[in-house]
Amino acid sequence: MAASIFAAVPRAPPVAVFKLTADFREDGDARKVNLGVGAYRTDEGQPWVLPVVKKVEQMIASDNSLNHEYLPILGLPEFRANASRIALGDDSPAIKENRIGSVQCLGGTGALRIGAEFLRRWYNGNNNTATPVYVSAPSWENHNSVFLDAGFKDIRTYHYWDAAKRGLDLKGLLDDMEKAPEFSIFILHACAHNPTGTDPTPDQWKQIAAVMKRRFLFPFFDSAYQGFASGSLDKDAWAVRYFVSEGFELFCAQSFSKNFGLYNERVGNLTVVGKDTDNVQRVLSQMEKIVRTTWSNPPSQGARIVATTLASPQLFAEWYDNVKTMADRVLLMRSELRSRLESLGTPGTWNHITDQIGMFSFTGLNPKQVEYMIKEKHIYLMASGRINMCGLTTKNLDYVAKSIHEAVTKIQ
Amino acid sequence: SSWWSHVEMGPPDPILGVTEAFKRDTNSKKMNLGVGAYRDDNGKPYVLNCVRKAEATIASKKMDKEYLPIGGLADFTRASAELALGENSEAFKSGRYVTVQGISGTGSLRIGANFLQRFFKASRDVYLPKPTWGNHTPIFRDAGLQLQAYRYYDPKTCSLDFSGAMDDISKIPEKSIILLHACAHNPTGVDPRQEQWKELAAIVKKRNLLVYFDMAYQGFASGDINRDAWAVRHFIEQGINIVLAQSYAKNMGLYGERAGAFTVICSDVEEAKRVESQLKILIRPMYSNPPLNGARIASIILNTPDLRKEWLVEVKGMADRIISMRTQLVSNLKKEGSSHNWQHITDQIGMFCFTGLKPDQVERLIKEFSIYMTKDGRISVAGVTSGNVAYLAHAIHQVTK
Repeated sequence: MAASIFAAVPRAPPVAVFKLTADFREDGDARKVNLGVGAYRTDEGQPWVLPVVKKVEQMIASDNSLNHEYLPILGLPEFRANASRIALGDDSPAIKENRIGSVQCLGGTGALRIGAEFLRRWYNGNNNTATPVYVSAPSWENHNSVFLDAGFKDIRTYHYWDAAKRGLDLKGLLDDMEKAPEFSIFILHACAHNPTGTDPTPDQWKQIAAVMKRRFLFPFFDSAYQGFASGSLDKDAWAVRYFVSEGFELFCAQSFSKNFGLYNERVGNLTVVGKDTDNVQRVLSQMEKIVRTTWSNPPSQGARIVATTLASPQLFAEWYDNVKTMADRVLLMRSELRSRLESLGTPGTWNHITDQIGMFSFTGLNPKQVEYMIKEKHIYLMASGRINMCGLTTKNLDYVAKSIHEAVTKIQ
Repeated sequence: SSWWSHVEMGPPDPILGVTEAFKRDTNSKKMNLGVGAYRDDNGKPYVLNCVRKAEATIASKKMDKEYLPIGGLADFTRASAELALGENSEAFKSGRYVTVQGISGTGSLRIGANFLQRFFKASRDVYLPKPTWGNHTPIFRDAGLQLQAYRYYDPKTCSLDFSGAMDDISKIPEKSIILLHACAHNPTGVDPRQEQWKELAAIVKKRNLLVYFDMAYQGFASGDINRDAWAVRHFIEQGINIVLAQSYAKNMGLYGERAGAFTVICSDVEEAKRVESQLKILIRPMYSNPPLNGARIASIILNTPDLRKEWLVEVKGMADRIISMRTQLVSNLKKEGSSHNWQHITDQIGMFCFTGLKPDQVERLIKEFSIYMTKDGRISVAGVTSGNVAYLAHAIHQVTK
């Protein structure tokens, strides 16, 4: 038999965050803690299906008028409208002026990809693969891959995390924006920056917006934690809404994986804000073509759950409550971890643990200290020092705090 | 001014446009023969009983919603491979394959296309049958490949142009990619006979072509899942390491749940692992990991003996209704007094039928009779019922006599 056409296919390295979970699963140590992958856990360390989701699923299951027919290419209309409304606000001028569009996508990743594919084809000329795309340093590692696979050739970083002061490097960020070529695309985390948990303040966002407006830079928001970060939908959408009020045309990739706990249903939405209805309609018509060759039409189950919930005032209130439950537990774990580290007298300052927001915290642990945590203490976290606060529970807080203390004092 | 001033309005989807126009029509006798989705004899969408049972099982288990692995639900992908390859397949038993969950047929085709673009350096050319599903061309093009064609359908006979196909395929440059419809060719409904499949396998092997099978209708075409997978299995038995896209949209009625799979038959298990790792690298920046619901329903059906048996009966029921509508359409056309040869309607197989109607005749059917189909004369037999088949025959006769 002739040699295989795939004989030369190299073995790709596993995606780091999933490898971490795989290693955690294989670990037989009773003390093990998984602070890796970004999914919510209860205080018992269990996944949590939101009560409102369970309720709505039962409604859907007992509704015999529902079937499994194809959704339209752009998705379930009630989902799209409600999802964008959540991001932009009930009183959004863009919605009132009918200059927004929505594309139901497979999770936040799918929304980013469809947006990226559209931009590569239609932004800054036709098929301009040379338009620079700026990703924060650091950022969710998949951002780079999404834009590369969409065809962009020039992916750059912008200053974001200041490791020395453990906070936002605003000066570096603004400097990069001043120097970026006009029309560059900037991926902005709407709230709860992944992996640092460090967000610009409203005042800092205003400065960012001013530079971006002056330099004609395109804002592509990634909103994966609305509601989950602070417990308030409005607060977590402040930056996106501010940009809209400043007259920007923008994209916002929304994920409902975390705030609805619908991870495996792949529920996402790409919100498009344009100058007027006509522009938005043409944009959507081209997005349809992109969707058609990627997945034809999106999965219906998750979108139905979200649409039903958002459209009912009572269910919406229940959902809001569920979201707050998650956000509050995360806030509690932050304050508990910080107070333990301070009590232990662990070297360094630890206020960043409570200053940061959302699921993740950039602890400041270096790769050697991280390796110690994994190998010696069976506590799994990313090499960057990123921990998922949801992996902390009242039962393991002491052990984790002590382990961090050991790592910091024993390993330099 | 807007960033998007220069963005052109995209053309309306030819098939969706048909449904839009159908919806606006107020004629009580209207028929939608554009839709590629099964309808029961009352013209209604059909949720399979085995699907409802699987859903009830899922609801009772109260499972969580954690992310699936990038490659999808393992029970589903394994059952999918077994369904296509057959449980006695050497390729399946040895494990020298990789199957990843895809977003129904389209998503599975696209993953495969992207994979070939990245790793199949021998050629950029994909050879499609003439005609083929409208979305094949843009899928491969967006993946960065080039499109070519081989003769397939003979409009004079409304059947397979076998000598034309063999002639064209024998001239395809070695190591090109060739796409074949495993069964129930879309849009023509014209499939090769088993003897012809044997010759096709021999010629593609001789030309050293990479074979890409699109199987969207296993079970739905003849009513027999093994018969419908015969070509796929024969090619593999002949030592052709195919790649394959599967869809559960039609045969399980899971359209909107997006259940599908992409398979690569490899030389050995080690190669399969390498290929799998690269497929994951492609999937992650597309949508991270696939949706669970449809795959879980399909998996429970395939892996639960009672439900699997029930499914086989139901999918045969759908195929039988389609076949019966074909028979009734032909007999009604005879009754109308049509002198044309309509044998191709019953010779063709699957959801679609290439009637042979010309665009102007199609236009008349739409305008005068409110019968909607695509301009190429393709009808979805699934839209025909015992209640409207006589009307359809009458209308076709009027525009062709």
